[in-house]
Amino acid sequence: MGNLSQLVYLVPLFPLIGFLINGLFWKRMPKNLGGIIGCVAILISFVISLGIFLEVKSPAYHDEPKILFDFIRSGDFYIPFAFQVDALSSLFLLIITGIGFLIHVYSTSYMHHDEGMVKYFAYLNLFVFFMLLLVLGANYVIMFIGWEGVGLCSYLLIGFWFKNRDYTNAGKKAFIMNRIGDLGFLVGLLLILFNFHTLSYHEFFDKLHSPQSVVPTSTYNWIAICLFIGAMGKSAQVPLYTWLPDAMAGPTPVSALIHAATMVTAGIYMIVRSNALYDLAPMALNLVATVGLITALLAATMALYQNDIKKVLAYSTVSQLGFMFLALGVGAYTTGVFHVMTHAFFKALLFLGAGSVIHAMGGEQDITRMGGLRKKLPITYFTFLIGVLAISGFPFTSGFVSKDEILMAVYEHNKLYFYLAAFAAILTAVYMFRLLMLVFMGGFRGTEDQEHHLHESPAAITFPLIVLAIFSLVGGFVQLPHLFGGHDFLNEFLAGAKIPAFVHEDASTAMKEMTLFGATVVGLLIIFIGTRKAFAVKQFDGNYTGFRKVLANKWYVDEIYDATIVRPMEAMSNVLDKFAEKKGIDGIVNGVGKTVKWGGDRLRLLQSGQVGFYIFIMVLGIVMLFTLSFFWIK
Amino acid sequence: MDIYDILFWILSAFAVGCALGVILSRNPVNSVMFLIGTFFAISGHYILMNAQFLAIVNIIVYAGAIMVLFLFVIMLMNLNADVEPQKGQLVQLAGVISGGVLFLVILASIKTAKTESIDKTSTDIGLIADLGKVLFTRYVLPFEISSVLFLSAMIGAVVIGKKEETKSVSKEDESEMKQFL
Amino acid sequence: MPVNSTHYLFLSLLLFSIGIMGALMRRNAIIIFMCIELMLNAVNLLLVAFSKIYGDADAQLFVFFIMVVAAAEVAVGLAIIVMMYRKVHSVDINILNRLKH
Repeated sequence: MGNLSQLVYLVPLFPLIGFLINGLFWKRMPKNLGGIIGCVAILISFVISLGIFLEVKSPAYHDEPKILFDFIRSGDFYIPFAFQVDALSSLFLLIITGIGFLIHVYSTSYMHHDEGMVKYFAYLNLFVFFMLLLVLGANYVIMFIGWEGVGLCSYLLIGFWFKNRDYTNAGKKAFIMNRIGDLGFLVGLLLILFNFHTLSYHEFFDKLHSPQSVVPTSTYNWIAICLFIGAMGKSAQVPLYTWLPDAMAGPTPVSALIHAATMVTAGIYMIVRSNALYDLAPMALNLVATVGLITALLAATMALYQNDIKKVLAYSTVSQLGFMFLALGVGAYTTGVFHVMTHAFFKALLFLGAGSVIHAMGGEQDITRMGGLRKKLPITYFTFLIGVLAISGFPFTSGFVSKDEILMAVYEHNKLYFYLAAFAAILTAVYMFRLLMLVFMGGFRGTEDQEHHLHESPAAITFPLIVLAIFSLVGGFVQLPHLFGGHDFLNEFLAGAKIPAFVHEDASTAMKEMTLFGATVVGLLIIFIGTRKAFAVKQFDGNYTGFRKVLANKWYVDEIYDATIVRPMEAMSNVLDKFAEKKGIDGIVNGVGKTVKWGGDRLRLLQSGQVGFYIFIMVLGIVMLFTLSFFWIK
Repeated sequence: MDIYDILFWILSAFAVGCALGVILSRNPVNSVMFLIGTFFAISGHYILMNAQFLAIVNIIVYAGAIMVLFLFVIMLMNLNADVEPQKGQLVQLAGVISGGVLFLVILASIKTAKTESIDKTSTDIGLIADLGKVLFTRYVLPFEISSVLFLSAMIGAVVIGKKEETKSVSKEDESEMKQFL
Repeated sequence: MPVNSTHYLFLSLLLFSIGIMGALMRRNAIIIFMCIELMLNAVNLLLVAFSKIYGDADAQLFVFFIMVVAAAEVAVGLAIIVMMYRKVHSVDINILNRLKH
């Protein structure tokens, strides 16, 4: 096992094989076999990832890029197909394959009644493959390949039930929104290539720190902002976030894997990977923090009055992603990664729990028709409760530790940002407890038929829930504040990948720590009582008036986009179609055809069929060429 | 003016004169004879330049085999000056003028080329042993491929020259068969 | 003036131009074919001259290969002319204007 990291190509290879088998034979393959192939492929990857993680952990490890083959070689421009195995990528490997495996297992049961189940597993494996490529690449090109690949899989899986027009539209929306961000990313890459003549992480970061580099700060800012635009699209930040709530059209495990735990965190990964660049671009870093904060607040308010169980979780994801960017923006890179990890645990848990509820309710997603499911779905209820506590920041759960660290880091940076972020955190607890109360407490509000069918989900669904619940509970202990006897394991580990940590453990912060701790406990208690009173009810119609209606309609952002961007674009396209296309381009094309036909009619007369004449013309041509060369070429 | 130069001028005059004879004589048989004369002159040039092997091959292959083939075909078709198709005066004039213009133009463009003096002592390059060494080492692949070319040319010539009667013969056979039946 | 490379260039060019003139002037397919042979030989002469000047055997081998190709070409070309004569009882290339259609 000593040199397992040399075999890192096996990690993405197995999901690829799984995709090929399932993708090529999905029409003929039995459902169970397809599910087993999909799960086993990810399980093998997970085991190898675990070995690699343990190897990377040892102090003797050196993270040289592992070159597999030449990808592009042109002159002095060289891009190898290389993997970078260091602390950061090995951590992401574990998250992707670990949670990926649990969600695959979950899917075997959740998707069992779907006729396209094998195809679904093929897509899911392909997604894992691209995601692994994204985090493993040793240069931005490989990352970009994975980046586009996960976008494709996201599109395929959102529109998985393609018979429903709304779902395919949601897929298209996600794809187009991502495209806007990807363009920014691509421009950023080209700027890097133009200014530094390399796209490999090692060379790029070395050049950043070398004293010879004469690139002005504004260039750093532009590159960083362009990369961040890419992250905005992929990680659903304001203003490109609207695709993520719509992406809930896909199957629930997909929402858990792609739109909560892994893909949407690609933007965070990218910025953490480029931390050397962002440290040189203070303006871009401020932008990251501001956008993250706005997203966290806005999405939290939108989540307050949603009636769709998955929409609540979707906005919650957007909001949590905002928190992560806020952490990155204030320079606490390891904290951002830490929150990615804990968020992956509890958000995947919440989504899978929601899936279990939807499964039990026979496809019903409207929380106004649920209620009182606590007794019928005890395991789901208990694990969901743990998820809610974790995301709300209940003391000593994983969410508490990571969010606490973010807030501390923001406090050091800017007091105003701290209060706004704290407010967003409170909102998080409010909407999560509202969801919990509406779904599991109070009385049942659905039809009798649904009540009759309520049942706890099978083991393939509850097993991932339990595992994730355990991790949501204890996942924070890798970075527990010193005050509570913890140790910064994660910071030390990530230091191996040269990622700067935010250190907040000194005597002066103990007071703030304690304040925060106390405030959390009291706040959560108040929220619990308040939401219990308001939402654990027998009757709930889900209609809102006044300002609540604005929130329930998501601040009308979709409508604003529609009016300001989509409609003018359509109008412009119509005009261009009428005039530029029909008259201009068609005219040119037809004109070329007509000219050629006319000329051909004239030139045809030259074709006398007399060989002698042809020779004559040939000789004349040679004479002309020689004459031209004689006069023009000195 | 040494013997090399004298021979050069004599051979050149002979070659050009014979070449003009090729295109000017009305009888195709005479054209062939003039062309053979041109080839002999060129072979003389080869010997002058110590390319003895090529000179011999030129005489055997061109003057011998190829021209005999031409002569054979002309005699087979019974061509002579009387049946020789003639172009109009204007067309002929155009041909001469355009050929002459080509000559002048290329002449003008190579006039400024660097002049290389010729080493008039004899060398071993053109000897068959030297050429053979190069031919069977560096050029062995083209040499082998040329054998394939010959084979395909042979088959092609046979196929093209063959009379297309097989089909009609088989039809006759069929009718004969019917008569028997 | 002693003979040098320019003389050979001119001689070769002269023979080549005569070949071109012949191809343009005559209508007999066989004569045109012979003119093409003349042009090939003009080029061969120049190649041998350069071989002599630069002391390199490669040019002579090229001449050798040109002869090989010419022999094959003559075999096929004469077969075509014989075939054509058999069809139209003439070697006049102006009769062969089917390419027009």
